[in-house]
Amino acid sequence: MQEFLQYIFSGITNGAVYAVIALGFSMLYGSTGLINFAQGEFVMIGALSLISLWKGVNLPLPLAFAGAVAITAIAGAMLERFAIRSVKKPHPIVLVIITVGASILLRGVGMLVWGKDSHGSPSFSDHAPYDILGATLLPQSLWILVLTLGVVLGLHIFHKRFLTGRAMLACAISTKAAGIVGIPTEKMVLLAFSMSAAMGGIGGVLIAPLSMSSFDMGMNLGLKGFCAAMIGGLGSSWGAVVGGLLLGVLEALGVGFLSSGLKDAAAFVLLLLILYFRPSGLLGTASVQRF
Amino acid sequence: MRYLILMAGVLAAGFGLSSPYQIQLLTFIGINSLLALGLNMLMGYAGQISLGHAAFFGLGAYVTGVLTAHFHWSPWLALPVAILLTAAAAFLIALPLLELSGFYLGMGTLGFGMIGYVVFRQWSSLTGGDSGLVGIPSLELGPLSFADAKNYLFLVWAVALLCIFLCDRLIHSRIGRALRAIHDSERAASSMGIDTGRLKVHIFVLSAVMAAIAGFLYAHLVSFISPGSFDFLVSIRIVTMVVIGGMASVWGALLGASVMTILPETLTVFTEYEMIVYGLIMITIMIVIPQGLFRGILDIYERARFRTGSIPAGPQA
Repeated sequence: MQEFLQYIFSGITNGAVYAVIALGFSMLYGSTGLINFAQGEFVMIGALSLISLWKGVNLPLPLAFAGAVAITAIAGAMLERFAIRSVKKPHPIVLVIITVGASILLRGVGMLVWGKDSHGSPSFSDHAPYDILGATLLPQSLWILVLTLGVVLGLHIFHKRFLTGRAMLACAISTKAAGIVGIPTEKMVLLAFSMSAAMGGIGGVLIAPLSMSSFDMGMNLGLKGFCAAMIGGLGSSWGAVVGGLLLGVLEALGVGFLSSGLKDAAAFVLLLLILYFRPSGLLGTASVQRF
Repeated sequence: MRYLILMAGVLAAGFGLSSPYQIQLLTFIGINSLLALGLNMLMGYAGQISLGHAAFFGLGAYVTGVLTAHFHWSPWLALPVAILLTAAAAFLIALPLLELSGFYLGMGTLGFGMIGYVVFRQWSSLTGGDSGLVGIPSLELGPLSFADAKNYLFLVWAVALLCIFLCDRLIHSRIGRALRAIHDSERAASSMGIDTGRLKVHIFVLSAVMAAIAGFLYAHLVSFISPGSFDFLVSIRIVTMVVIGGMASVWGALLGASVMTILPETLTVFTEYEMIVYGLIMITIMIVIPQGLFRGILDIYERARFRTGSIPAGPQA
């Protein structure tokens, strides 16, 4: 029981990070219909920027957090402005290859800036771990859960209450119609890109204290986040959360009770099962209702 | 005619080249061409994407590797087994997956590719796990030994040329026309009486089998295989070869494979900046000539001819 609870805790912690990354995928897909294969690289940039700003430059944590997220958001905006927008005939496969190229480029930049070594980061706060029914819960896990919840709620409120958020929803439903009623669709795409990159950055900031970060960490995390988004249903924010948590918990249980080597396969077996039985994802609905 | 030119080119290169490095590079281009050609049949003609082709490539390589290195089979016996196993795997994967389309198919094949990679890594009693599988023998056919780099070069290119020829014939047959109909509109194709589901499965299996043959040739060339050669990035690289060369073109696949094999080799002069330059080149090619290098270069050539006035103005391709 104690062991089981411990796996659940670690699963939820990782799952929450997957959820934030998935949210980035999901949001971008919802508003532009695009899958960004460079999303994992934004996670890497977020994690490494946080470590540099917090430990390297000695900024206070909230400032370092904001700085790291801002850096990834700018990187996302640049990707949209200079690469994606320049494409004249946006065929999906062409766009996919461009984001793959961008991910290799960003990894190269990451290697130049931060070197090939791994970097560690301390937890956000130095409370003692909590003891719940014999299982330990790290304070960092609580931080991750609270911040993940904050991001999802923030996104929800942004889409429901703010004019810009509603305009973005309109673009998602029909770009042409949104343009006709005067919504600057190009700016919306730019905003969607930087927001989705920022979410990758937040995921990176959250995961930085949990494990070592290096320039090549993005690939795996990006794929996991992507799986989570697919499992929950692309385009659905709550789906991303459910998918992320489900993936995290199943992975942790798989590691605990089967074998650690199969951890990475679990995500993809789950993905295939979802694709076979419910291609729209657990919470995905018809394409009209996207968020 | 084009085949004769290509064949002459390969022969000339084979006898002309003396540096082992260049010969090996040319051999790798041949193997990559097989991979790109197979995927091009699926992507360019049938309009289905696969982001997990490295798994089929790996399956071909590992089946022959395990059978020859562990069980001391003759490679020529292992080849049909590798092909049959890969075809069976592709068939099983294709049946449910090809119900999907677009991004979902891409993700399904991606998932399959990752599972393949994990299996290659984790089934270490057979595959050697992360440290790889060693001792795969080189090929021999009677008195002819393919341990010699030049002989292997000719073998690879003979297979590649044969496949190019067969694919070219297939494209210009009734099946090829049906495939292109699926590419343009699956619904319209099926309303014209094309069994789209069956045809898609067939072409998926064909494309996987070509990847398996490439895997077989790769394993016996390098005699050592490890999971890293069949990971997600390799799948992406095969897709990139197809797209950069130009989809729906047999010769584009050849060009894409050549570019994507030579490019990383030449980029090593940039040392630390290698990945940055590589990424930039991919992005730039896709922005400037999204139709692929093969079509793109033809277009530029046509435009230049038009400007010099040697041909009358005609509709642009």
